[in-house]
Amino acid sequence: MTEVELVGQFGDDAVAVPAPPVVELRNLWRVFPSEPPVAALRNIDLAVRAGDYLAVVGASGSGKSTLLNILGLLDRQTDGAYLLDGLDTSSLSDSERATERSRRLGFVFQSFHLLSHRSVEENVMLAELYRGEPRSGRLERAVDALTTVGLRHRIGFLPTRLSGGERQRVAIARALVGRPSLLLCDEPTGNLDSSNTASVLELFGDLHDQGLTIVIITHDSNVAGRAGRKVQMTDGELREVG
Amino acid sequence: MAIRRHSRFKLRDLFDECLAGLFARPARTLLTALGTVLGIASLVATLGISRTAGNQIVDRFNELSATQVTVRARSNGSSGGTNRTGAALPWKVEDRLDRLNGVVASGAIADVPNAGGIRTVPVDDPSAPRERVLPVFAASPGLLDAVRGGISSGRWFDSGHVAREDHVVVLGSDAAAQLGIDRLRNLPSVFIGDVQFTVIGIIDAAPRDPGLLAGIIMTSSVASSRFGVSRPERVVIETDLGAASLIATQAATALNPNAPESLSVAAPADPARAREGVANDVNQLFLLLGLVSLVVGAIGIANVTLVTVMERTGEIGLRRALGASRVHIAVQFLAESMAMGVIGGIVGASVGILVVVAVAASRQWTPVLDVWLPLAAPFVGAAVGLIAGLYPSLRAARLEPVEALRTGT
Repeated sequence: MTEVELVGQFGDDAVAVPAPPVVELRNLWRVFPSEPPVAALRNIDLAVRAGDYLAVVGASGSGKSTLLNILGLLDRQTDGAYLLDGLDTSSLSDSERATERSRRLGFVFQSFHLLSHRSVEENVMLAELYRGEPRSGRLERAVDALTTVGLRHRIGFLPTRLSGGERQRVAIARALVGRPSLLLCDEPTGNLDSSNTASVLELFGDLHDQGLTIVIITHDSNVAGRAGRKVQMTDGELREVG
Repeated sequence: MAIRRHSRFKLRDLFDECLAGLFARPARTLLTALGTVLGIASLVATLGISRTAGNQIVDRFNELSATQVTVRARSNGSSGGTNRTGAALPWKVEDRLDRLNGVVASGAIADVPNAGGIRTVPVDDPSAPRERVLPVFAASPGLLDAVRGGISSGRWFDSGHVAREDHVVVLGSDAAAQLGIDRLRNLPSVFIGDVQFTVIGIIDAAPRDPGLLAGIIMTSSVASSRFGVSRPERVVIETDLGAASLIATQAATALNPNAPESLSVAAPADPARAREGVANDVNQLFLLLGLVSLVVGAIGIANVTLVTVMERTGEIGLRRALGASRVHIAVQFLAESMAMGVIGGIVGASVGILVVVAVAASRQWTPVLDVWLPLAAPFVGAAVGLIAGLYPSLRAARLEPVEALRTGT
């Protein structure tokens, strides 16, 4: 997914310049207007480059989920800048943010968020619904994504007939089918047993090896330990820890 | 760098999602649509039944009233409005009217006042005659046909009876029952006052003048000579269908060429106007009932759609995360409630038509239904669904994705 911009293309001395970070947060604040106001994020600076595997750890209420919501364009910062693939998101309208979500982001939630009355492949295809792409090939892409997560044999099944680990894999396939720039995971193993947790983490490792940029929110040190990079959230402040 | 693009939701995808949403909970969808089904069904049924009934009423109106013209002598206002100018009407109306083109039959009739008590002389007990007070009428020979009368026993009197001043009477079936006369083989007699009359017939039908069935009918000549009834009170004319208006303009002159203005002629109302009036009266009432049912159906859809929005909060959050805009969410829920309305409209129209046919069949009527009604029903259902789904859809669209994802897990 790494993009390289070429400058000085004439002659032999063209120089490769790295593309901007996938995620760049500058002095970012998120203050909830309660009485008294609550600063969930305080002056956050963060850059996530293509291919990074970043774990955000912290106690409950430290601001992890708020950070993920802003990274996922589901919430707006109160102050500061958020650049996604170099695009300043603060100027985007609500509808444009929805578009960017469908094109650039993939989500994996703790509670899977699968539609119980739709088949496995229909759940995966749901991710392409709002992208405006042609309908043709949609099923093939869903099957490819399910193959990637090792669930090709579950095509036609309803989610209710799958184990927790399989459901989370379906959710991951749904996140992957749009080929996102960034995969955002919110406590993806929170509802899984240790066996399924290991299996899902192994999958994330494989995806990272293939170049996918991953940001994972967790309070599980085991999960965070698999990430190549770790940041700690404490009372809305972010600190690089490894 | 910033290329502003908007996410798109293809119409085919909207259709698929709408169907999937509806069939995710088929029982609930059907129960929700039931409100619209009942509303549309009652609307179609009531409009159809009212139209059918209205048509039936008008048909009957046509059959009896539209072919009847009644002529009366005008009241003389100078004597307090009670003194009748009996001289204006002759008894021999058949000669004057039956030659008019469009007249089927005509006859004259008058009450015979103060005729006295009615006694019979039963054959089995001559010593115990019964006395009754019954209405007595004088009639011309053509009256039976003019009132569409039917003879159940014996015969009606003719011009010979009139000319000879025969003391014969015809009994209405109710009067005959009261007098205990049910057969004519022994030539039963009745006494009107002190005058004896032979009963020559019994009538059991007089649709244009049912009062005749309760009375005794004698000839005009005897009524004139014995009871002083020299002129008829009214003349009843049976016309061909559609000829009543024409006959109404000609009857007064035919009956009294010298003073046609002394007669009042009652002609039937215009059948088309009567049909319209009846249908309008019935339609307004039933249309109101149907609309009330429809509003109840709409409230049902709105209620269930709102509950569905609450239940599908997580799904809404997911769709927003996957790129759905607020408009996409609103459109999807609107489409689902509209689809429920359309289903309700189609099923409701079918049920309504069945009800109309069943009611018409049970009454042996001809079912009449405006063709636009079942065709418009799905659109009405869609409109009901659209209106009912507005608030829930807007509420769904207003949900913040973060909140929806958090509460809808």
